[in-house]
Amino acid sequence: MATPGAQRILADGLWHNNAGLVQLLGLCPLLAVSATVVNALGLGLATTLTLLASNTTVSLLRRQVPAEVRIPVYVLVIATFVTVIGMLMNAYFHALYGILGIFIPLIVTNCAILGRAEAFASRHPAGPAALDGLATGAGFTAVLVVLGAGREVLGRGTLFHNAHLILGDWARGWEIAVLPGYDGFLLAALPPGAFIGLGLLLAGRNAIDARQRRRRHARAGAPAGGEAAA
Amino acid sequence: MTLRQAVSPHLRPPRTVGGTMRLVLYALVPGVLGQLWFFGAGVLWQIGLATATAVATEAAMLHLRGRPLALFLRDWSAVVTAVLLAVSLPGLAPWWMAVLGTAFGLVFAKHLYGGLGHNPFNPAMVGYVVLLVAFPRLMSQWPAPAGLAGGAPGPIAAAHAIFGGGVDAVTAATPLDAVRTQLGQALTLPEIRQGPLWGALGGRGWAAINGLYLAGGAVLVATRTADWRIPAGVLAGIGVPAAFLWAIDPSLHPGLWFHWASGATMLGAFFIATDPVSAATTPRGRLIFGAGIGVLTWLIRTWGGYPDAIAFAVLLMNMAVPLIDRYTPPRIYGHPRGGGHD
Repeated sequence: MATPGAQRILADGLWHNNAGLVQLLGLCPLLAVSATVVNALGLGLATTLTLLASNTTVSLLRRQVPAEVRIPVYVLVIATFVTVIGMLMNAYFHALYGILGIFIPLIVTNCAILGRAEAFASRHPAGPAALDGLATGAGFTAVLVVLGAGREVLGRGTLFHNAHLILGDWARGWEIAVLPGYDGFLLAALPPGAFIGLGLLLAGRNAIDARQRRRRHARAGAPAGGEAAA
Repeated sequence: MTLRQAVSPHLRPPRTVGGTMRLVLYALVPGVLGQLWFFGAGVLWQIGLATATAVATEAAMLHLRGRPLALFLRDWSAVVTAVLLAVSLPGLAPWWMAVLGTAFGLVFAKHLYGGLGHNPFNPAMVGYVVLLVAFPRLMSQWPAPAGLAGGAPGPIAAAHAIFGGGVDAVTAATPLDAVRTQLGQALTLPEIRQGPLWGALGGRGWAAINGLYLAGGAVLVATRTADWRIPAGVLAGIGVPAAFLWAIDPSLHPGLWFHWASGATMLGAFFIATDPVSAATTPRGRLIFGAGIGVLTWLIRTWGGYPDAIAFAVLLMNMAVPLIDRYTPPRIYGHPRGGGHD
C-alpha cells in the first residue's frame, strides 16, 4: 500500500477521517470529560501523546510482530505508554490527574488508538505513522476542546476555568466570565449535554461537507458521475 | 351520464389532526381554570409565553426544513405541546423558563426527529425534564394555593413575578414534596396531614385541579380522542401498588386517593400519556404502556429523587414503545393469534 503524503495524512486526521466526528471512536472519554475546556484539553493532549508514541512504536515493530498476535502486542504497547503518561501526569499535573481520574488509564481502551495502530501504523514507515498519530490526536483534541468550550460556556458561563492546572500559575487569571451573572445551565454540564453537543457538532460537520460538495459540483458544471468526487 | 369514481380510502377518519388537537385544548380548559383559581394568573402568562414561543419555533423549524408553513402550523400540535408544558410549570416561574423549555422540546424532541408523527419522545415532557434537571430549585417553587396565604396572585402581580425576576409571592411545598420530606423526618401520615396544606383527599387545591383535569380527560375518552386504555393503565399502575402498601401500613404510605389527587396524575394520565405520536399503538400495548407509566410514577414518587415523576415515567415508557408494539399486535381477523402478517 502506497504511503499517503503528509498533507493527505493531516487532512484525514483533522477533518476527513476525524476520530471523534467521522469514525465516532473514543466517544466514552469524549463525552465524559468534556465538561470544561481544560479537562478536554488535558485528556486530548494525553491521548495525542499516546497516539504519537504508540503509532511510532507499532510502525517500528511492524515487521517483527506476527499477524496472529498483533492485537495483543498493540494493546501492550499502548498500555505501556498510557501507564507512563499517567505517571508523568500524576507527577507534574497532579490536580488535573485527580480531575480526569479513571479516564487517564482508560485511554488504553480508546478504540481510536488501536484503530490507528491497526489501520495505519502497522502498514506504513515510522515517519508517516508518527505524523498520523499527531494528526489523529490533534483532530480528537480539537473536537474535545470545541465540545468542552460549548459545554463550559453554557453550563457555567465561563471559559478556561482551572487553566492553571495545565499551563501553570501564570494562567491563573485566564478564566473568562463569558456570561457574567449567569446561574448555569446544569443540563449542559451533565451527560445529556455531552450527547446533544456531540450531535450538534456532527450535524455541523456534515452540513459543512455537504455545502462544499455542492459548491464543487456547481464549479464543475454538474459533471457526469459527480457523486464519485465525494 | 357518468358515474363519479371515488378513489380509496372510502372511509375517511372523522377528524383532522387540527380538529383533534383543538379538542384536546378545549378539554384542558377546566383544569387550567382550576389552576387559575388556586395558583393565580401566572398560568395564563405561562400559556401565553409557551404558545408564542411554540408558534415561532415551529415556524422557524418548518422554514429551515423547507416544509409548508401554513399546513403544519394549522395542525395546532405545537400549541398543544406548549400548553401541556405551560400548565406543568410553577405559575410564577421566570419567563425564560417557559420559552427555553418549549423551544428545546420542539427543536430537539420534535423537529430534529422529523417533525409531527416522527418523534419518539413527548416534546412537552422533554422540555419539562430539561427544565427540571437544569433548574431543580426554580421548578419546585409552586405558589401557595389560594386560601392558605391570602388570595392567589392576580395578573399584574403574576406578571411582575414572571418578568420582573424573583418570586416575591408566597411559595409552598407541593403535597408530594411535603410528604416526601416529612416522611423522611419520621413523621407519620396522620401527623403530616394536620398541616395547613391538606384538604380531604390530597393537597389543598391540587385535588380539585386533578378532578377538573379528570373531567376534561373524560371528554377526551368519551369522544374517543384518547383511548381509554392509556389513562386506565396509568391510574391502575399508580393506584394498585399505592393501595397495596397503604393497606399494609396506612401511616407510612399515602394511599390511592392521595396519589390520584396529587401532582400531575390526571393531567399526565389523560393528556400527556395519550399523545398519539409517542404512545403505544396496539390495544393491549396501550394498557401496558399506561400501566408502565403508572408504576414508574409511583416508584419514583415513593423512592426516587424527585417528588413527581409523570414526565420521567412518560419518557421512559416512550423508549419502550417499539418493544411493546412489537410484542402486542392485535389478532388479524381470520388468522390464528401470533400467526398474522408480520
